[in-house]
This record gives sequence, C-alpha cells and structure tokens, in this order.
Amino acid sequence: MDDNANHDGNDDGVIRRDFLAYTAVGMGAIGVGSFLWPMVDSMNPARDVLALASTEIDLSAVAEGQSITVKWRGKPVFVRHRTAEEIAVAESVDLGDLPDPEADSTRVQNAQWLVLVGICTHLGCVPIGQKDADAKGDYDGWFCPCHGSHYDTSGRIRRGPAPRNLEVPPYQFVSDTLIKVG
Amino acid sequence: MISAHSAPEFKNSVVRWIDRRLPIFTMLHGEYIVYPVPKNLNYFWSFGGMAMVVLVVVVLSGIMLAMQYAANTDLAFDGVERIMRDLNYGWLLRYVHMNGASMFFIAVYIHIFRALYYGSYKNPRELIWILGVVILVLMMATAFMGYVLPWGQMSYWGATVITNLFSALPVIGEPIVTWLWGGFSVDNPTLNRFFALHYLMPFVIFAVVLLHVAAMHQSGSNNPTGVEVKSQEDTITFHPYMTAKDSFGLMVFLFVFAFFVFIAPNYMGHPDNYIPANPLSTPAHIVPEWYFLPFYAILRAVDFQFLWLVPAKLGGVLLMFSSLLVLAMLPWFDTSKVRSCRYRPIYRWFVLLFVVDVVILGYVGGKPAEEAYIVIAKLATLYYFTHFLMITPLVGWIEQPRKLPNSISESVLKSV
Ligand code: HEM
Ligand code: FES
Repeated sequence: MDDNANHDGNDDGVIRRDFLAYTAVGMGAIGVGSFLWPMVDSMNPARDVLALASTEIDLSAVAEGQSITVKWRGKPVFVRHRTAEEIAVAESVDLGDLPDPEADSTRVQNAQWLVLVGICTHLGCVPIGQKDADAKGDYDGWFCPCHGSHYDTSGRIRRGPAPRNLEVPPYQFVSDTLIKVG
Repeated sequence: MISAHSAPEFKNSVVRWIDRRLPIFTMLHGEYIVYPVPKNLNYFWSFGGMAMVVLVVVVLSGIMLAMQYAANTDLAFDGVERIMRDLNYGWLLRYVHMNGASMFFIAVYIHIFRALYYGSYKNPRELIWILGVVILVLMMATAFMGYVLPWGQMSYWGATVITNLFSALPVIGEPIVTWLWGGFSVDNPTLNRFFALHYLMPFVIFAVVLLHVAAMHQSGSNNPTGVEVKSQEDTITFHPYMTAKDSFGLMVFLFVFAFFVFIAPNYMGHPDNYIPANPLSTPAHIVPEWYFLPFYAILRAVDFQFLWLVPAKLGGVLLMFSSLLVLAMLPWFDTSKVRSCRYRPIYRWFVLLFVVDVVILGYVGGKPAEEAYIVIAKLATLYYFTHFLMITPLVGWIEQPRKLPNSISESVLKSV
C-alpha cells in the first residue's frame, strides 16, 4: 500500500483505484454468476416434472400377507398388508437395536397397511421381498441384493450399508380401502 | 528437449507457405519425426499410442451412432436395436464402439502398469502422471454415461446406483442427486443430459491428452532402465524406429480388438442390458462394466460405520474416490531415488502384488455381496491403500537398489 502511495503521489488516488478495480471485478463476478446460475438451475426438475400427479391405490384386492407395487413419481411404492404376527414383531423391537431408530407406530397410519417408497436408501435399488417367492432378508421384510441391506417388517434398516429406513411417502386414506399417495 | 534440430526445409511449396505463417509442420516434424526417444523402449511403450488410436476409433464410431440415436426413454432401447438390425453396418458401428471402450481401458490400464513398474511417475514426470489420472477419471465418466444410453436394465440401474453415490454427502447430497437427475429418479431428463455430456467429454479427453503429451515431450520419455538420457547416443529418432515398432504393436492390438468385435462382441458386456430398463424392478445381480469393478469393490467394502463419524454409505464413496486420489499422489509416496523396478529387487514384487490385488478387487467386485466375497473385498481394499500409504514409502527407504548402469547405452550393450 505504502509503496503504491509513494508511487502515485497521494493515498487518495490509490484507494480510488482499488475501489474501481474491486467494483469492476465484483460486477464481472455478478454478471458471470447471473449467467451461471440459470444454466445450473436449468438442470433441476422442470415444472412439468414437479407437477406429477398423485396416485390412488385400491387396497381391496390385497389379501393379508400380500404386497403390491405401484408407480409414483417414477418410483415404486410398496404397500404391504401385514399379518398380525408381522405387526407384533415390528412393534416389539427395541429401538436401541435400530441403526435409524423409529417406532413402528410412527411409520404407519393403520398398522395393517405399511406404505413405503420401495427404494433402498443406500444407492437406490429396488429391494426384493414383494413376492412370496422372493428372499426377504434376515428380518423378514425386504432384502436389497445390490449391496446386501436387510429391512424388517416395518421397512426399517437392520443390517447392511443403507443408512436410513425405507421412506414413508406422504399419503392419506381416502376410504378404508383406498389411499392417495402424493 | 533436444529439439535443437533446425527446422526442416520442406519440399512442397504449399507446406512451406503455410509453415512460414503457422509452423505446424515444423512442430510435427520436431515432435513426431526427429523427436529423440531412448533406444531401449520395449513394447510397453506402445500402449499410449494404441490408446490414442482407439480413442479416435471410438469417437468416430460414436459420431456415426449419434446420427441414428434418439436420447428419449421411449425410443432409446428400440432405437439401438434398430441400429443393430436395420441400419447398414449398424451392428459394426455399435460393436466397434462398445468394444472400443473396453479396448481403450485395456490399453490405458497396461499403460498405467508400465508407469508403475518403470517409475515413470517420478520427478520430473509427476504432472504427466497426474494428467494421466485425470484422463482415467474422464474416461470413466464418459464410459459410464455412454453405457446409460442404450437404456437397458444395466444402463438404468447402473445410472441409479452411481448417481446415488452423491446422496452420501451430508446436507447437499439429496439436492445434488435431484439436480443430476433433473427429476426424482433417473428418467428422460437424465438420459438427455447424459447424451449431451457423453458427446462432449471425449473432446475434453482429447484436450487433456494433448497436455499429457506436451508435458511428456518436455521431459522426454522414461525408459526401462529409468536412467535419464545422457547423450544422443542413448536415443533414436521417433521416425522410423518407434513408428515402425508402434505400428507392429498396434497391429497386434487391433487383431485383439477385431477378435472381440467379430467373434465375441458381447463377451465384455452384460446380457441384462438387452432387457429394456424397468424402474420397478432391479436385476438380482447388478454389476458395472468390467473396467469399473475394482473401484466398485472398494465402494462396497465399507458396510460399517467408521468411528461414529462417517456412515457406511459416505465411507464407501469417500474410499472409492480416495483410491483414485492416492493413485494420483503416488509420486509423493514413493521415496526411492531409483525409478525402474528393474533395479528395485523388493519393490518390483510389491508392484506385481499390487496388480494381483487389483485383479482380486475386480473379481470380487463382480460377485454378489455375500460372505467370503465381502471379507476378501475388505482385505483387498485394505491392501490397496496399504500399498500406497505404507509399503511404497517404507520400501523406498529400506530397499538396497541394484547398481544402476551409467547410461542407457551401457545397459543395452552389456545385455548383448
Ligand atoms: C472416450 C470416448 C468414448 C467412450 C469411452 C464411449 C463409451 C461408450 C459406451 C461404453 C457406450 C455403451 C455401448 C453399449 O453398450 O451399447 C456408448 C454408447 C454410445 N456412445 Fe459412446 N463413447 C465415447 C465417445 C463417444 C462419442 C464421441 C460419441 C459421439 C456422439 C458417442 C456416442 C454414443 C452413442 C450415440 C451411444 C449409444 C448407442 C449405443 O449404445 O451403442 N460416444 N459409448
Ligand atoms: S442399493 Fe440397496 S444395498 Fe446398495
């Protein structure tokens, strides 16, 4: 600073020049930024993608012990009609044993019906366990074959690399046998 | 380097006219004709040129494919089948492109092994090495996005799993994944942008290759003795000696390439990719392309929380990226003064052991996440990092290298 001051003969001039330089660079940065952001943001979901409708699911045909898969926002939604035994097991787990502790009661609206986004919270595969013949993992819920995550009858992660429980999507019961997801 | 060769007098007057205004011919002459290379280079030194040739072949076939391809989830799969069945020579273009990608990785992996064994990454060639690792990363990104384009089951689920890697980042993870997808799952917007980027990235690769080669022409090629060129006696001109040798190597390489294209075009692929993408059902056993398997094994090896700090998912992702990072940092881990493993009686075995380790990683990376494989993957991952972080520096200190020859010429003459 002092050097410059001597050079230019007075302090005042130096400060003014710095100010000019900073403003110029600052304005340039704002200009570049205001072009970059639209480019970046254009890659985010567009309005038509965001406007995806909700999906209604008819439960009347799903017998106890059965599961169905429905597509919502391009993703599978699992609906399982749980048996009394499955419910009992899910409710009796000690929360301290869970990697992502959540009581079964907070994950269902009606204990018979478990509604989940069927996407492994590890890296997004669809776990198996929807069909009778499928492997259901060590906790009788779902098993993700991609990297070996085991989910229980409440869709909670029990073992394997997945960090979180299977997500519960927003849904509501329109009637006893009809739910609306989304 | 020793490009003190004076500019050649070109016979063709057009060439002369251009060269006086834009000396590209002088440059090409200097870099590819009279360019002096060590006279003891073996065939390992031909793989860089081979990689360059496949890169050109893959790009050309890719441009022809792009003229026929539609990046739309409703059209992509059937469109690629149309290329295979109806388009004149479509099958050839696609098989050349698919297998070209694999051959590219084969050439580059051997090229990298060459550098590891003969110490080509060491001073003053660190930057060549780092640019090489950058090329490797760009190749991986390009091939990954290309593999999504035919929109088969492996395309779709590979894309899902790999983009989901970013969700491991705390806080910004989820928004980043949504941003990468342009939606809430891998879908049409994702396919579109992957196509745009798949077209773009090979040209970025070209640019980095150019820098890689420019940096190499600054320090000159390393050689099997690892001893620097001392005098002109140690060198031969690139043309006709290396051009002849490289051409022969290239011919053999192209034979192998042709074998895959014509005899076993799907050998290195996965049959599930001939099933159209289905977002509701993941194949029982998803695997990436073979060239990703070692890294995939490292990713999967972390299925436990690390020190209560790093959850398994993030740990796997960090470790996978670190595996490339430690590779790039190798010049600083290697403490030995001697370059070539020819004169490193201990380290040479460790380099070979490292190759075995990577092969093991590749093998378990292709297997389901079941016991035995999981343990092997963990051990092999541990060894991968131990090699870079501990073995390499330690051996560099402990090892008593063999006596180096005084010059390349001396070593060549002695062995005769
Ligand atoms: C570094 C260079 C490149 C690599 C490693 C590469 C790799 C790949 C791979 C692995 C596939 C999937 C093949 C399959 O399973 O069908 C693919 C597909 C494709 N690539 Fe490339 N590619 C490269 C350059 C290019 C270029 C420059 C273009 C020009 C636009 C291009 C256009 C395409 C097209 C249209 C497809 C889809 C058709 C198909 O699947 O065969 N590629 N690429
Ligand atoms: S995606 Fe389910 S375990 Fe990795």
